[in-house]
Amino acid sequence: MVTKQISVFIENRKGRLGHVLDVLKEKDVNILSMSLADTAEYGLLRILSDQPVLGKETLSAAGFSCMLTDVFILKIPHTPGSLQKILHVIADEELNVEYMYGLSIAGENASIVIKTSDLEKADEIFSRHGIETLSYEIL
Amino acid sequence: MIWSKEETLSRAEMEKLQLSRLQETVARVYEKVPYYRAKMDEMGVKPQDIQSLADLQKLPFTTKQDMRDTYPFGLFAVPQDELVRIHASSGTTGKPTVVGYTRGDLETWTDCVARIACMGGATEKDVAQICFGYGMFTGALGLHYGLEKIGAAIVPSSTGNSEKQLMYMKDFHTSLLVATPSYALRLAEVARELGIEPQRDLGVKIALVGSELLTDAMREEMHLAWGRDVKITSNYGMSELMGPGVSGECLEHCGMHINEDYFIPEIIDSNTGEVLPIGEKGELVITCIKKEGLPLIRYRTKDVTRLFYEPCACGRTTCRMENLSGRSDDMLKIRGVNVFPGQIEEVVLSVPELGPHYEIVVEREGYTDKLTVRVELNKETDSFAELQRIEATTRNKLKVVLGLDAKIRLESPNTLQRFEGKAKRIKDLRNVK
Repeated sequence: MVTKQISVFIENRKGRLGHVLDVLKEKDVNILSMSLADTAEYGLLRILSDQPVLGKETLSAAGFSCMLTDVFILKIPHTPGSLQKILHVIADEELNVEYMYGLSIAGENASIVIKTSDLEKADEIFSRHGIETLSYEIL
Repeated sequence: MIWSKEETLSRAEMEKLQLSRLQETVARVYEKVPYYRAKMDEMGVKPQDIQSLADLQKLPFTTKQDMRDTYPFGLFAVPQDELVRIHASSGTTGKPTVVGYTRGDLETWTDCVARIACMGGATEKDVAQICFGYGMFTGALGLHYGLEKIGAAIVPSSTGNSEKQLMYMKDFHTSLLVATPSYALRLAEVARELGIEPQRDLGVKIALVGSELLTDAMREEMHLAWGRDVKITSNYGMSELMGPGVSGECLEHCGMHINEDYFIPEIIDSNTGEVLPIGEKGELVITCIKKEGLPLIRYRTKDVTRLFYEPCACGRTTCRMENLSGRSDDMLKIRGVNVFPGQIEEVVLSVPELGPHYEIVVEREGYTDKLTVRVELNKETDSFAELQRIEATTRNKLKVVLGLDAKIRLESPNTLQRFEGKAKRIKDLRNVK
């Protein structure tokens, strides 16, 4: 099952990240997890939130270049080697990981947010291998 | 529709008319304008030496500097009390350049603009909204009188307050828009922000654009914003010569027809001052042959273009000038390479993932010029690979067109400044002291 993530283009300029957060706070959009990847000139901010559609629309209206992207939230046991196992499955099935970041939730399990190539195929692979996917509603 | 019979004269008839008007003008400035008399005496040329149109080359050039040196009325050929209107350029550097009109000049001007409005498809049924600044700038009043002459209803909305502009446009059923190309695009952008779809909710069918270059790519952007069937034509002029109405494009979109019975065009090499053969590209020089107040002789426009004399499919026989390829003083010299902002604009507009607005920044690092082009991202993405591809495509295209390596700076939409008048897209930081 895929989940909607908000991806925002931001220039590396003072106050831009703060502005994104201001805009989201205004509409009470809660951030569950985020990752910021950057180059010298700009970055892509990826946000997992409780209200992705509202969050995206609010940011677009505020003039940000942003979109909703389908990603997976994978549930992973809190034991050494469990992420490694999943990544082996992905590699063996010839999928690519475009990016991933951790998602902190309480409980005995960890989880990661992962963007792969070929979402449909990935969904099928995860269920075939018993890798549990979560949605932000459950979180 | 063709407004005046002078637009369809045979070449021989036109040249005969031009020569008699030129001789009359030269005799008059020699007699009435001490500045021209002194220049002509210095060059050893007398009014009676002008026996053919080719003799035009014997006459001195006039430059903007000459106008500043004789500020305010030194080049005028009539006493001040014969003037009925005075305009002036903004004069951002030094003294403004002052231009004045007699009653006869205003009639000439009105006729010139009526002609170019007709070329662009305007009729007495149009509601024409003029989004040029009213005031000392000649653009707004020039279009105003010309369009009124052909019977269109004028909405003199001037510049600024785009929301109100759009309200007038909708409620008054504006069918004809007068604006700079960049402001026309800006209006469409604001309309969409307000939930107004220009092609569905507004009735603009004709756009007469001027005071800024209209590149093919910009025209295409305008069609995308305002509709495929909107007739977009550019027109040309400058206050020193009269204002808008020196030349205008017809619906054949094949250059701008010069009102040759009022203005004689020449193309020169801007370095040597030599007249270039017909068809070659160079600086446009204009001699006013029917002006009473300020009849400038061989005025150097600094605009770069090419002339051609083949009769047009529209029926007009007047000489045409190519849409401008730049201004000789807008030209940037970067690492020794000549760069016209229009070239950069063509590239920016050819990359679909970028918006139409841009800013050119030139800096100096050590002894090397550094060119940066700031552009707005028009594509939502989650992928660095795609952002890098957009940058690389733009950079490669610039390299092909300019022969220069430029840095591309992607910005969020609506980050770059918008302009209601002439867009100022160049930031040259090399000579800041």
